[in-house]
Amino acid sequence: MSTTDASTRYSQPGPYFGAYGGRYVPEPLVAALDELSAAWEHAKTDPVFQTELADLHRNYTGRPSPLTEVARFAAHAGEARIFLKREDLNHTGSHKINNVLGQALLTRRVGKRRVIAETGAGQHGVATATAAALFGLDCTIYMGEIDTERQALNVARMRLLGAEVVAVKAGSRTLKDAINEAMRDWVTNVATTNYVFGTVAGPHPFPAMVRDLQRIIGDEARAQLLERTGSLPDAVCACVGGGSNAIGIFTAFLDDPGVALYGFEAAGEGVDTPRHAATIGKGRPGVLHGARSYLLQDEDGQTQESHSISAGLDYPGVGPEHAFLADAGRATYRAVTDAAAMEALRLLSRTEGIIPAIESAHALAGALELGRELGPSATILINLSGRGDKDMVTAGEWFDLIDRDAAQS
Amino acid sequence: MTAGTAVSPVEARIRAANTERAGAFVGYLPVGFPDLATSIAGAIALAEAGADVIELGLPYSDPVMDGPVIQRATQAALAGGFRLRHAFEALREITAAVDAPVLLMTYWNPVLAYGVERFADDVVAAGGAGLITPDLIPDEAAEWLAASDTHGLDRVFLAAPTSSDTRLDAAVAASRGFVYTVSTMGITGARADVDSAARTLVARLREHGATNACVGLGVSTAAQVAEILGYADGAIVGSALVAALADGGLDRLTDVARDLASGTAVLPAGR
Repeated sequence: MSTTDASTRYSQPGPYFGAYGGRYVPEPLVAALDELSAAWEHAKTDPVFQTELADLHRNYTGRPSPLTEVARFAAHAGEARIFLKREDLNHTGSHKINNVLGQALLTRRVGKRRVIAETGAGQHGVATATAAALFGLDCTIYMGEIDTERQALNVARMRLLGAEVVAVKAGSRTLKDAINEAMRDWVTNVATTNYVFGTVAGPHPFPAMVRDLQRIIGDEARAQLLERTGSLPDAVCACVGGGSNAIGIFTAFLDDPGVALYGFEAAGEGVDTPRHAATIGKGRPGVLHGARSYLLQDEDGQTQESHSISAGLDYPGVGPEHAFLADAGRATYRAVTDAAAMEALRLLSRTEGIIPAIESAHALAGALELGRELGPSATILINLSGRGDKDMVTAGEWFDLIDRDAAQS
Repeated sequence: MTAGTAVSPVEARIRAANTERAGAFVGYLPVGFPDLATSIAGAIALAEAGADVIELGLPYSDPVMDGPVIQRATQAALAGGFRLRHAFEALREITAAVDAPVLLMTYWNPVLAYGVERFADDVVAAGGAGLITPDLIPDEAAEWLAASDTHGLDRVFLAAPTSSDTRLDAAVAASRGFVYTVSTMGITGARADVDSAARTLVARLREHGATNACVGLGVSTAAQVAEILGYADGAIVGSALVAALADGGLDRLTDVARDLASGTAVLPAGR
């Protein structure tokens, strides 16, 4: 059966995804990773855990998230039919909450009282602080100093929720350094602390566990689209930084050979400039933050700084399962510039009354081009992974929307 | 030379230190801090002041096992233009000048990027004894285990207080030179007390067949060196030496290294 072949070929349990993944971590962390792996293996088939999580999804997050057809937007994409999976409507405003609630439940099961997390734009930090408040856990969020300045409102949000926010001053003072600092905290405090990792990167079990917790996006969307149109989409689109929203929507379609999968990385100011975050497009395999995957690095293996207008995609690594899917040819990865993403953000706002996160706008821009390639008979599913409220300062500056006199008064 | 039958120079040196004195003093300095020439002079001064084994740190952009002192030094080295070829230059000059065996301490990605075989070749050509790999566990080390065997290089893996018995077995079996015994759960940096967990861990490592267990993380005084050598084969000092070089240059480094080395002079009771 082709379906069986496809599932053994593309569905990987971890720790390895083809040549990628693994656990490239200091020995002191291995016991914690083993403990987490065992707890997750048990929880994911435990009906009590699954019932608790399903209740949180429904009554706290507001799942299932809707599927919205966007005909006025699609008129700009070669008249293809386009559907948005509305993760922007989740509590806290993005798909990040799906993963965080699962890991918070798991933290309680392993008997720990404190959670730590890294955050770039602040979405994962806000989601983790939210879950910590809900579960009564102590919470420390590591955030690059530059990001704390770029995302001051999210810092305030996390503090209001009761979290301690640590501005990381090391290295490039962005997401990659926040992860380093969170790992140092974890090595030191592993007896009391669980690391709630935000994406499908990092050492095993994080890529597999976060994938399992995010696959609800694609599982819901696949059923919703079948019910709505009677068929599967021709293409599924998502933005890729670390890659959790993309894996979340791709996983349900891995064994559907007729469904093309597209991940859109951040091209920043252009993939031929040094200022981009197109890890799969321009990187080479290497090890960062505990896993082997594609990586933006110099010839000496030093990690290079990435750039994107979107803090959530501004990461020089990518999850190992994406590296595997790219090499296997199952998913296609393209890059979208800052400028193209911002145009798509404005277009969706004006045609549909939906202001997307700049991250998600990369998927929208990619789909606009893809729709023109595929033509009017195509159906395209896009993961709208987050809402754009957090990006209003950036958008206001980009489009010159803020009245300077009013802003100063 | 055939690995496995030949005696590792690091192991031989640590055994000799345990025969002649209370044990070995292992000292760490990063390449390229505050500049390449001073880092080379620093490592030579460290050996001349009494370090039995030198750990030469390779600056890396994402050093997750390192505390603030070593982070600042290695980030300064990178900002100052450190390239991998400088590590081999430093290794060549240091090993030509001193008898103490020199290990490179490196995170794994620079080795991968350079090519594991090529890296091993160049370590041998520069007179290096082997590698300490803080973010490479034996489970992921197949390529390095093979290359270090072919090239007769030492390979030092870490053991932690949280490591299971199975993992201690693996660390002892995979390591050659010594087992890096992580004294406490944490990162590099001076601490007032070296955790009693270190004593327990060394005892567990001995039960699993370790002949050379050296204790590191948080060691910064001669008294701590002496205390550790009461139960372990070597004491590893990093941040305190880096801080001395940063604050007072080669003179201060030499003073601190001599003082730390004096901690090896005391033969513990019963030995």
